[in-house]
Amino acid sequence: MYDIIIIGAGPAGISAGLYAKRAGANVLILYYGESNLDKAEKIDNYYGFVNGIDGKTLYQNGIEQAKNLGIEVKNEEVLHIEKVEDFTVKTTKEEYNAKSVIISTGNKKLRPNIKGVIQFEGKGISYCAICDGFFYRNKNVVVIGDGEFAVNEANDLKNIVNNVKILTNGKDINLSTDFEIITTKIKQIHGEERVQAIEFEDGSTIDVDGVFIALGEAGGSDFAKKIGVMLDKDNIIVDENMQTNVEGLYSCGNVTGGMLQVCKAIYEGAKAGLAAAKYCK
Amino acid sequence: MSVLKITEENFEEEVMKSDKTVIVDFYAEWCGPCKMMSPVIDGIAEELGDSVKVGKVNTDENMNLAQQFNIMSIPTVMIFKNGNLAKTFIGVTSKSEILNEVK
Repeated sequence: MYDIIIIGAGPAGISAGLYAKRAGANVLILYYGESNLDKAEKIDNYYGFVNGIDGKTLYQNGIEQAKNLGIEVKNEEVLHIEKVEDFTVKTTKEEYNAKSVIISTGNKKLRPNIKGVIQFEGKGISYCAICDGFFYRNKNVVVIGDGEFAVNEANDLKNIVNNVKILTNGKDINLSTDFEIITTKIKQIHGEERVQAIEFEDGSTIDVDGVFIALGEAGGSDFAKKIGVMLDKDNIIVDENMQTNVEGLYSCGNVTGGMLQVCKAIYEGAKAGLAAAKYCK
Repeated sequence: MSVLKITEENFEEEVMKSDKTVIVDFYAEWCGPCKMMSPVIDGIAEELGDSVKVGKVNTDENMNLAQQFNIMSIPTVMIFKNGNLAKTFIGVTSKSEILNEVK
């Protein structure tokens, strides 16, 4: 059992880790996929770097700094978080337990830009297989996504529903799965009261009762939605101590919205790390 | 005011024929987000007292009600005024959003 699991190794997550570790907490940092910082060519407006610094170096230095302080840092994709009394964090490889979790995954768009998605939310469009699968017993559903996250959602559905397909919406992918995969780009989701069919760009259609959204890698707002965290659009809502409406679950950095800046992420990370460490005591 | 247990048997009487505005939380025991919604609903019942009715529907035990209102995602909170469905909130919703709709 860890005191704190931090998801995300950008400035917010690393800063949370540094402060929590120095406050005496036993910390695990999990990260996976692309970081916005890693892709930033040059950062000129961050304190103390006379000639600026490239994002990749700053990002890698942060991870090294955390490791040097004795923080465990693992490159694993998190699929979901559960809370009973403590938290369980499930990755593609393992399950970990912690008293507190900090979500600092960076921002990710939850909704695909497909006509009909917003219109049918709660009427056949869902973001949580484990929550809503029950309402689709013996029905035909699809998961829109292109990674392990989508396969995981399809697995959660397969024993409940009649049929699950994975739609990649135009992406060619190589997933090791038995689920039928359709890679044609989606044009529109059709229905009257609720979702009835999906139309593809090539003019073909399939009849469906439910559409589960699981784009790319599971991001902070994906985990958040499943555990019952309140969101403002795709941003996690936090209080002045960076705690969400779920006790013991904190969030910091770009995923909470506002200025998408390193300085803001570090400040919020420090607050979240200290608050989480205090919560664990 | 305490939170009512609303079922298929008492729905007509407690919700559709109610003089007061009724806030109904559709949930299930196994649903993680519903557990986060539950204290919000309890807080609303406490804050608004007798001015409204607040109830919860267990969708596992009352599947016909869930079907009748096309519930396909939980938690779903519905607000009924004079026997008509006035507003639906899908997913965990803040107390202030719900209160705004009721007051």
